[in-house]
Order: sequence, then C-alpha cells, then structure tokens
Amino acid sequence: MSELASPMIGGRRKLTQAEKFYAASQWQLIRWKFFRHKLAMVGMVILVILYLGAIFAPFISPYANLYKSEVVYSPPQGFNIIRDGKLVAPYVYGSKMEVDPDTYIRTYKPDPSKIYKLLFFTHGWEYNLFGFIPTDLHLFSVEKGGHLFLLGSDDLGHDLFSRVLQASQISLSIGLVGVFLSFVLGCILGGLSGYYGGTLDTIIQRVIEFLISLPTLPVWMALSAAVPQEWDQIRVYIIITVILSLQGWCGLARVVRGKLLELREEDYVVAAQVAGTSDWNIITQHLLPGFASYLIVSITLSIPGMILGETALSFIGLGLRPPTVSWGVLLQQAQNVRTITINPWLLTPALIVIITVLAFNFVGDGLRDAADPYVI
Amino acid sequence: MTNPEPLIEVQGLKTFFKVREGLVRAVNGVSFSIKSGQTLGVVGESGCGKSITAQSIMRLVEPAGKIVEGKITYYRMDSHNNRTSAEVVDITSLNPRGPEIRHIRGGEIAMVFQDPMTSFSPVHTIGDQISEALMLHQNMNKKEALERAAETLHKVGMPKPYRVLTSFPHQLSGGMRQRSMIAMALSCNPSLLIADEPTTALDVTTEAQILELMKKLQGSLGMAIMYITHNLGVVAEMADEIIVMYLGKIVEHASVVDLFENPKHPYTRALLRSIPRVDKDIDERLESITGMVPDPYSVPHGCPFHPRCPSLIPGICDVIEPDGVRVDDSQVYCHLYNPEPAAVRQPL
Amino acid sequence: MVLWQYIVRRLVLATGVLLVISVMSFVIIQLPPGDYLSTLISSLRMRGATLDQDAIKSLEQEYGLDKPMPMQYLWWMWQMGHGNFGQSFEWRRPVIDLIMERLPLTIAISVASLLFVYMIAIPIGVFSAVKQYSIGDYLATVFGFIGMATPNFLLALILMWFMFSFFGVSVGGLFSQQYLNEPWSWGKFADLLKHLPVPVIVVGMSGTAGLIRVMRGGMLDELRRQYVATARAKGVSESRLLLKYPLRVALNPIISTIGWQLPAIVSGETITSIVLGLPTTGPLLYRSLQSQDMYLAGGIVMFLSALTVIGTLLSDILLAVLDPRIRFEGK
Repeated sequence: MSELASPMIGGRRKLTQAEKFYAASQWQLIRWKFFRHKLAMVGMVILVILYLGAIFAPFISPYANLYKSEVVYSPPQGFNIIRDGKLVAPYVYGSKMEVDPDTYIRTYKPDPSKIYKLLFFTHGWEYNLFGFIPTDLHLFSVEKGGHLFLLGSDDLGHDLFSRVLQASQISLSIGLVGVFLSFVLGCILGGLSGYYGGTLDTIIQRVIEFLISLPTLPVWMALSAAVPQEWDQIRVYIIITVILSLQGWCGLARVVRGKLLELREEDYVVAAQVAGTSDWNIITQHLLPGFASYLIVSITLSIPGMILGETALSFIGLGLRPPTVSWGVLLQQAQNVRTITINPWLLTPALIVIITVLAFNFVGDGLRDAADPYVI
Repeated sequence: MTNPEPLIEVQGLKTFFKVREGLVRAVNGVSFSIKSGQTLGVVGESGCGKSITAQSIMRLVEPAGKIVEGKITYYRMDSHNNRTSAEVVDITSLNPRGPEIRHIRGGEIAMVFQDPMTSFSPVHTIGDQISEALMLHQNMNKKEALERAAETLHKVGMPKPYRVLTSFPHQLSGGMRQRSMIAMALSCNPSLLIADEPTTALDVTTEAQILELMKKLQGSLGMAIMYITHNLGVVAEMADEIIVMYLGKIVEHASVVDLFENPKHPYTRALLRSIPRVDKDIDERLESITGMVPDPYSVPHGCPFHPRCPSLIPGICDVIEPDGVRVDDSQVYCHLYNPEPAAVRQPL
Repeated sequence: MVLWQYIVRRLVLATGVLLVISVMSFVIIQLPPGDYLSTLISSLRMRGATLDQDAIKSLEQEYGLDKPMPMQYLWWMWQMGHGNFGQSFEWRRPVIDLIMERLPLTIAISVASLLFVYMIAIPIGVFSAVKQYSIGDYLATVFGFIGMATPNFLLALILMWFMFSFFGVSVGGLFSQQYLNEPWSWGKFADLLKHLPVPVIVVGMSGTAGLIRVMRGGMLDELRRQYVATARAKGVSESRLLLKYPLRVALNPIISTIGWQLPAIVSGETITSIVLGLPTTGPLLYRSLQSQDMYLAGGIVMFLSALTVIGTLLSDILLAVLDPRIRFEGK
C-alpha cells in the first residue's frame, strides 16, 4: 500500500494529520472541539475570573464588613490618573454630600479640592486567605479620609464592591455544593434504577416524576420557611443547599439511568461482552466514557439553576439570611422600586447573577457540542 | 425495447459542496443519457457521487451543494402527440424551489429512497402521503386520490390496500414500507423513476421481491429507471446499461453484457473480482481493492483511481486526467486504452 | 395500547401523585415547631383574650390534634373531602375561601403565560431553524441565552425600575383602582386584560427563551430527515412542506415540554406576583409562610402542585391523541 501511495508525497503530512484525528482518544476530541467553541471559551474566561474573585475576595475587597454610615447610598465612583493634563499615580477625589431639603435624597458630588491617593498592597483588616493563611494584605486602599466605592454603597454605607465579592463566595459555592449533592444522589439512585430495574426502578421513576411535576418555588419557599430562626449561618447554608438539590438530582438520575439502559444494549458493549471482556473493563472502558461526558454537561447546565434558586429564595427573604451575604441577600435592598430608581447601582448583583448564569450556559453548551460524537 | 430518443441527458455535470474542510467535488464532470423505457444502473462505492447525481437531476441537492457546471436536459414527451414533438426542459436553469421543477418532481420524475424506515413521515398515514402527490399533479380531490392510491398499492402487490391507507408507517414492515414508497413514486405515472439504493436496507428475500416488482412494473408502465446501487449483482439483474463511478467521475459506461463479460477499466475489473462468483473455483481467494478511497477534500491529480490502480502508468496516470475512449462498445476513461494522451503536461 | 387504556393509566398515575402531594402538604403544615392550636392560642393571648380548658379541648377535637399523626392526616383528608381546608388564623377565614379568591387569577396568568410562551417560541424557533445562521437566527439565539439567564424576579425588578424611571409608570397590580373591589363585569375583565401583559411577559420570558432553543434544535433535526426529501421529491412546495411535515413532527416533543414548562411557570408566577404585588396566590403564600399560617400555606402548595400535575396530565393525553407512536410504545 505504501508503494501505491508513494507517488503523492505531498499528501503524506496531511495523512498523518488525519491519522492524528482518528487516533485521538475521546477526551482529546472533546477537548479539541471544546477549545474551538468561541462562546464556551468566553464563558470559561468569565467563570475563571468570577471564581478567582471569590477565592481572593478578602484580598481584593478594600472594606470588608466595615461601613461608613456617613456615606450611605453613595453612587459608584471612579478613580483618576490624569491631573493637570499629566499622567499621575491613581487618585480619587473627596466627596461632598448634599441633602435635598424636600425629598431628603442625598447626592454626592466629587470635591476636587480634596485629593486622596490610591495605595496598593496595603495592610488593612485581618483575614485568613484560603481560610487558613492569616494575613492583612489588601490589593488596594485609599489614603486616610478618602474612600473608593467602585460599585457604590448601600443603605448602611457598605462598599457594594466588597459585598459583591464576599457574596460571590456563597453564591458561587452553593451552586457547586448543591450540584455535588445532586450528583451523588442522582448517580446512586439513577445507577440503582438503571442497573437493577424492576420494582426499584419503577419506584425511583415514580418519585422522580413526582418531584419534577412539583412547582419548585412554592415548595422551596414552604420548606425553607420552616428552617428555625435560631439556626446558625452554616446550618442554614447547608439546609438551603439540600432543599435546592431536592429536585436537582432528578435530572441527573434520569441521564444516568437512560444512558445506562441505552448503552447496555449498544452493539459495541454487547460485542465487548461476547469478546470476553471483564465486567470491570466494560464499565470503565465502555460504559463510563459513554456517559461521563453527558454527566459533565448535565452538571454544568444544572449549576445555574441552583444559583438562580438561591438568589430567588434569599431575595424574598426565605433563603439565606443576614449576616450571611449572598447575591440574593444583597438584592433584598433592591425590592423597592423607589429605592432602585434613586440608587440603580443596587441592581449590580443582579447583573452579576445574569453574567454568571450566561457563562455557565455558554460553557455547558460548548461541552454538549463537544461531547456529541456526531458533531465534528 | 429502447427508444432512440433520450429522455434525460446529463452533460458535464459538476456538483460541488462547500464545507468547512474545503471544497468537495461530489460530482465532477459526469455525462450520460437515459432513453425512455431503459434502465440505467449507476454503480460505485459510497461517496462516489452517485446519489448526488440523482439529487442534481431532481434539483434536490442540499443548500451547501451547487451545480457549478454542466447541463441537465429533460425531454418531456407528450403521450398524445407523436414523440418527435418533445418539449425540451433545461433542468439546470430552473429555480430549485420554483413551480416548474416541482411540477416535474413526483409527476414526471419520481424517486425512491434507500431507507423505507425514515422516508415516510411518522405522524401521517400512508394514504395521506401517497395521495398528496396525486392531488398535486393529477388535479384529484382527496377521495379520488385515495382511490387511486389504493389502486397503486394493489398494483405493487400490497395485500390489503385500503387498510394500508389508514396505517401509520411504524405499523408496516420494511418490505411493505418500500412497496408503499414505490407505489407513491409510481402513482403519477412518471416517465423516469430514480431508485436510490431502494433495497439496501431490506433483507435478501424482500429485495428479490422488490426487484421483481420493479421490473414487472417497468414493463407495464414503460418508464425509464435510473437504478443506483453499490451492489453489482442487483444491477446485473436490473439494468440495460451501466455506468461505474469513482470519486465523482464516470470510469466506465457499457452495456450490462459488455461490462460483466469484458470489463475494461481496472476499477471495474477490481470491483468484479471482489464479488463471489458461482462459476469460479471455490478455493480461489476473493480479491479486495488495495488501498482506501481517498478523502473527498484531496482527490488525487490525474486519474482519480491511480493511487490504487494495479496497472498504473507513472508519469501519466498521476498527472493527466484520462478522456473517454471508445473501446468496442464501451466508453472507458483510462490511459491504458489511449497510451498517447493529447497533451502530456509536465509533472508538477 | 388503545387510547382510552392509555388515558385510564395516566389518570390512575395522576391520582397517585395527587395523594402524595396531599401527604407532602400535610408535612408542610406540620413542619414548623408548635401546632396550629398553640399558634392560635398564643395569638389570642396576645390580643388579650383568654381561653378556658374546655374551649381548647373542643378546638383540639375539631382539628383532630388529640390523635396520632397518621390519624391526623386521615382526619385532615376527611375534612378536605367535605370542603374544609382549615382556618387561616391570620385572616380568620376559611382557607378554601382565601385560595378560591386568588387561584383563578393565578390560573389566568399561568395559562396566559403558557400560551404566550408557545405562541412566541414556536414561530421564532422555526424561523431560526429554517434560516439557520442568518442575522435573525443569531438575534434569536442571543435573546434565548439572555432570557434563560435572567430569572423572573430580576426581570420584574428591572422592568419595574425601567418603567418607573423612564416613563414614570408604576407597574404592578392586576386591576385599576376603580375595579379593585368591584364584582366581576366585562369592564373589569377588560381591565384585567390590559394589566396582564407585563406579568405574562415576565413569567413567560425564560420559558420562551428555553423553548426557542428546543424548537430550533428539534426543527433542525427534522429538516435533515429523509421524509422531508421524500416530500420535496413529490413536488410539494417549500412552505407547505415545512408546515405539514417537519413542523408537525417537531411539535410533538414541544407539547410534552408542557410537563416542565408548567411547574416552571407556576414557580415564576409565584415570585413575579410577590415582586409585582399581584393579587394571586403567590403573595398569599409568602405572607402565610412569614406568619406561620400553616393551613393556608399547606393548602396553597397543595393547590399549586395539583395545578401542575393536572396540566401535565392534560398535555400527556393531548400528545397521545396527536402522536400515534406514543400509544404504541406502551410507555
């Protein structure tokens, strides 16, 4: 054959390229296809930034829980790098507050007479980085007397930028923890259902049908309203996550069961059985790769549901409660139309929720396309 | 049996597909004609362009594909007048979605597809789907159309035609579905039936019945058939003439007797050697064609078959595309029969 | 399987689900610490009223609180069979009356949202598929992504803010002032129709966005099918073909999406009504949960769940009528 192919030497390199494609493992193919998916890459970058922000939240945020009651409802501020037409180190203006005598609405105006320099890598309040490295280093702060509220401040004078970062630790993790719970439940119950079949399968399928037909939010509301007021933050966090995963596992269990049943009948699995492959090898070499990709896709696509659920519950005050801060808890301040009309920056957490969910959906979509062996 | 007048004439047809990986020359300069009442077999491996040729005639090529060159002419016979007054229709110039081509489709040129499983809509009854063409082309109302549909179903040997009319596709067996498909194609008395591997998805017994049926119906209806298959055995039984295609090109065009008795092109010979024959010694090993079909984005220079050809002439076959040569009664596209090509180009 | 057999099977299953829903609602009623009676007594005490032991005993008997839990459940079911869903101690009225006042509006918004979702999503999805990769398709895709990522309550909030700060209109409520306490009339009905679009758009947005993507995907799959080529080969015109074949087939799974659209819409309706302050069951549930008015809360959860189950049942039967394959597949 090689002699026959020899006249077309030019085609040699191309052939190896093709061979590389055919010889690639399933995961390699998925990775290649995923990295080619532009939207998924955009989503991936956004998610990396968001999660880095959550991990380094205390380092990045300048103000923690300290608030300045004298600067309530300050609009978002920027900083300047040009003074008198020259490039200088970043600085912020001081601000002057005026209260409208009729409406009592406060307005803040920059006061060019006062100038505060922006300081980087400063020492401030103490915290544990990653939960165990005690430090007091912060990315930036403002010279004494000035302040910088990148996203404005709330009704108590909290820096919204710091609060959003702090809240992202809860909001972003609740999705992962909830999905992990759903994943474990879904795999076990879906696996049992698909593996044993029979009565057990019927029961689990009926339970799933029942749970899926429930209107989620009213049930969530009723369950979380029953959480005792005196419970501490961590217990509330855990129980809310459990409530959110109550329905989440159903979808995963269906994927696991459906794929198990489907794959068990697949010709290539039967062929492997006939060829005398051991059960262990069939499961790890044939079944698992067959649906692991589908699982990853389902998991990615169910994270946003969890995040949205937590936000909705906390928003109406039935989910996480202060002092725990999540994006939903932050949005509680934005329930009143008048408040958000005057202080629209209070809706920033909403924007961040939307961006997060979009990013997860992009990545999930990209993964789905990449995992589909019939789409090249 | 055959009429000297062609029914359909394909000249230098090129249908190319633009896809992300490059340009696929699915049909790359194909010429042939079919006379009325005649059966033309089109043979080739999958991907050789035989189905695209058929789709080009019907103007059913997907949007990614375009007829970039060539001409397809349809000679519409008026059965009431004598045949010399055939109306000439240039199919290539028609709008693929326009009313003229739609008038031809189903009414004058009908098509039977490979997979009877998916060729019918799963949510409409067989009767609904057969009568649709009749109502479109024969100006019938629903009742007349259903009546005619039952008649046609009876004609294709369907046991309970009226019951089949109200059945859904999933209630019928594969063979019954393909019979229904043929009935649908024949319901409007087309002058050309294009059958694109109509028996590939069926078992051998059913296949034999369907082939028998098509031959019988051709005899009684007098239509031409373009029979596309990769199965040489089937084509031997069905066709009057055969064209063998390889990578979008015709390599040999001959009568069925010539092709089987005296194959000229190395590819045809290789194909014939690769099927078992009852008249040969049983201990002789079946040959397979060496090499693989190249991928469609990088068709070799010169003769497309040269990388796999056992009779390769280096310096010629891999450089110059062979022209058609008349050898005996066959048309062959091979340098072996034309050792001095018109213009020897320098190797690249 | 014959159609009526299928329907009977589905009915039996739905009845089972409704029973489980009743158990769940009962559990919800029992969840908070303390029972109805102690809440009632303490609230009466707060108002300065005193209750003697006999009055407490008779109340205990009325609510079956002297019996063990399973018996309490049966007692509660028995009472419900007779139209007694308990008393709301906050409103001092029967639960059933409170729910019945507001449930019709919940159903109206839910059904209107469902219709809105399908009426908007199906044409856009079909267009997106037929004109794949066109500008319109990209716009629909962008809308789909953003619509799916924006939860109802945020949309309601943003819409309220937008309308208020740019047009000075305050969105909310389902009736104008003059019809608020009027009995039903054509004028009031017309007034309701005028107020419906905002909540319907808010509730239906994410469902529409999701469905556009489902419809587009399904339609793209169907357009590639052999039977489309068959119909084309018959000489059927493009538009007629599109409507008769792929759309018809792609619609079937769409009908079955009612199964998950409906719970989502009832959920969305609940929170949207809370944000927009609509007189439906949502705010009633919210208030009852805050004040631990559990018979009312349990009753509402039960009615809302039953609503989705019955809706899903109807869609399943509709699907079986429309798609012959469902009945024959047995399950």
